[in-house]
Amino acid sequence: MIETGLNSITVVALAPLVALVGAVVNGLIGRGIREPVTGIIASVATGAGFVLSLWAFFAYPADAEGYRYVFAEFLRAGTLSVDLGFAIDQLSLVMCMVITGVGFLIHVYSIGYMKGDSGHARYFAQLNLFVAAMLVLVLADSFPLMFVGWEGVGVCSFLLIGFWYQQRDNADAARKAFIVNRIGDVGFLLAMFLTFQVFGSLDINTVTQAAPGVAFGSAALVGIGLLFLLAAAGKSAQIPLQLWLPDAMAGPTPVSALIHAATMVTAGVYLIARTGPLFAQAPAAAATVAWIGVLTALIAAIAAFAQTDIKRILAYSTISQVGFMIAAVGAGAYWAGIFHVVTHAFFKALLFLGAGSVIHAMGGEQDVRRMGGLGKRMRVTGTTSLIATLAIAGVPLLSGFFSKDAILHGTLTSPLLADAAGPLLFALLLMTAVLTAAYMFRWYYLVFAGEERLTPEVQEKVHESPAVMTVPLVILAIGSVLAGYLGIQAFLGRNLIAEWLAPVTAALDFEHLSLGAEWALIVASALAAFGGLAIGYWVYAVGKGRVAKRLDDTPIAPLARSGMGFDAVAQAVFVRPGESVAQGLSVFDRDVVDQGLVAAGGAVGLLGRLATLWQTGYVRLYALSMLAGAVVVAAIALFAGALR
Amino acid sequence: MNVPSEYFVALSAVLFGLGAVGVVLRRSAILVFLSIELMLNAANLAIIAYARQWSATGGAHALEGQGAVFIVLAVAAAEVAVGLGILVAIFRNRVTTDVDQLSEVRA
Repeated sequence: MIETGLNSITVVALAPLVALVGAVVNGLIGRGIREPVTGIIASVATGAGFVLSLWAFFAYPADAEGYRYVFAEFLRAGTLSVDLGFAIDQLSLVMCMVITGVGFLIHVYSIGYMKGDSGHARYFAQLNLFVAAMLVLVLADSFPLMFVGWEGVGVCSFLLIGFWYQQRDNADAARKAFIVNRIGDVGFLLAMFLTFQVFGSLDINTVTQAAPGVAFGSAALVGIGLLFLLAAAGKSAQIPLQLWLPDAMAGPTPVSALIHAATMVTAGVYLIARTGPLFAQAPAAAATVAWIGVLTALIAAIAAFAQTDIKRILAYSTISQVGFMIAAVGAGAYWAGIFHVVTHAFFKALLFLGAGSVIHAMGGEQDVRRMGGLGKRMRVTGTTSLIATLAIAGVPLLSGFFSKDAILHGTLTSPLLADAAGPLLFALLLMTAVLTAAYMFRWYYLVFAGEERLTPEVQEKVHESPAVMTVPLVILAIGSVLAGYLGIQAFLGRNLIAEWLAPVTAALDFEHLSLGAEWALIVASALAAFGGLAIGYWVYAVGKGRVAKRLDDTPIAPLARSGMGFDAVAQAVFVRPGESVAQGLSVFDRDVVDQGLVAAGGAVGLLGRLATLWQTGYVRLYALSMLAGAVVVAAIALFAGALR
Repeated sequence: MNVPSEYFVALSAVLFGLGAVGVVLRRSAILVFLSIELMLNAANLAIIAYARQWSATGGAHALEGQGAVFIVLAVAAAEVAVGLGILVAIFRNRVTTDVDQLSEVRA
């Protein structure tokens, strides 16, 4: 249904505009506004977006096939015609609510976290700009407009990672994130070109509706799918483009929470869920997506054990959890992927904000080896972080349990994966779930429990954060507990989120499991959570990490610490040759091009000096030259005449 | 008596050569001028000689060569007037008419 006016559903189209207005206000006149006010403006802009999203959500008829709100023409060239319009449906509404809802809490938290930073106006302007771009990304009804949002979040991510750009490391991290993201963007662009060639349209709805008409498993569809996977890998930090996310922790912690945990990194999941019908026709591409997701989840989980920075542990955890989501959408369990996006947004934002609260309290300390026992000193932060830790570990009845179980269920029964691949991926994910619980236990134990390892000067000033920071933590903790009940497995009750998303996601025939198998699955994922926590308890609380220390001498430890060596490989394969080529070009430029120009200039000067020798100032010499010239001319005339 | 044109042209060439040598070798500006006049008149002589030959063959343009000579004479006179004026001015400033000492160009 195409709508051209504003009504109670299309009202959500105003949300990006409101956020953009907030960004413009803070960006242009924010310098003249006193501190808490900039944050309040930004929070109100995002909060208004949340209200608009909720308004549209409650007005939205559950079985509708989606609304189109077209307000202008975007591009027209030859047979290509792209509207400037938003697609408002079940999927984009869920994403809008997550972005603006969690985003709002993080904005409020930021008021406390960024207190006293001279760049607060710039910070809030960029944060609002990010929200606007992300909303454009999820609401866009065409690939080019989605790409606008896609690039917009990339730019905001760059700006915010490098927010404290005065330090070289932060600026480097920002550039790294931007460049790696650009590689993914190339994938997006190429996918668009191929899509236009195959479908003759860049309208997402047109393309997904035409997809079933294309030959099943055709090379073009697989190509489009793999290119979209490359795009998704860039934004969602999947192998081999996961390199940027651990470094992205250089930004302020609320930024890590908003962009690098709750929203931007889920853009790839959203993209694949949105283009699901393409993948349903190209199982090879879908299986690749699932494999990439699972491998990323596993490798990042292993790397998370070796980190000592409170935020880097969470960064690897994010890569791992987004790997779960990618695996889900690769397996065709789109609702499970989006469900995990929602639950993960709550508990991961909560974990990051908790970490931010700790960093804030400790005056910038980020090394978990100098923390410990903080749960007693920071009751609210400690308790909410414990809830988030248990949720991400997948302890039954908390949100992570339900969404992770849904993903495991999806990979096991997926119709898109070959018979052997499904159970194999399931087993790997289950193993990753165990690891997740263990490394999250390590994170919580090292920060909040166990003995205090604080330096004396830090010990004196540690304090609970102000209410403006702890209230968002509490709200997110409530979400981390309750969000899971949206997606209870169908045999236990109503699966609200699967029902809600069913009209807009590709319908696939999942294998039906017997009731016993369903229960076995639930028990397995509960056991994975408790098993992982038990391992973590045994290794880190009882054994004081002695087992882990024994691993230090093996090659695994340094490998895990460096994020499984991907950085070194990228350094060797891309960065060094690139630098060599640049070096060579610079030598060529300096020694050949520059020297050549200098020499040419010198030659002209020499020629000039030669010519001045002639200009003696002696009139008689000039007269002689003239005479000689005349003789030569006469001789030529004679000679030519003789020839004639 | 009919003197052949070759004689005139040969005389003209000799005079022109003398003038050219004078221009190049003489250092006194007055004598350079004189040599230039010599060259001009050598040229005039050649033109007149050819004009005479032309009219002897009954050519239609017999008078054109003589007209050209008059124009050359007039221009030469004007040139001498200007040139001598310049010379006087230089002499007043420098107390010499040696053209080699007038050189002011330095590389």
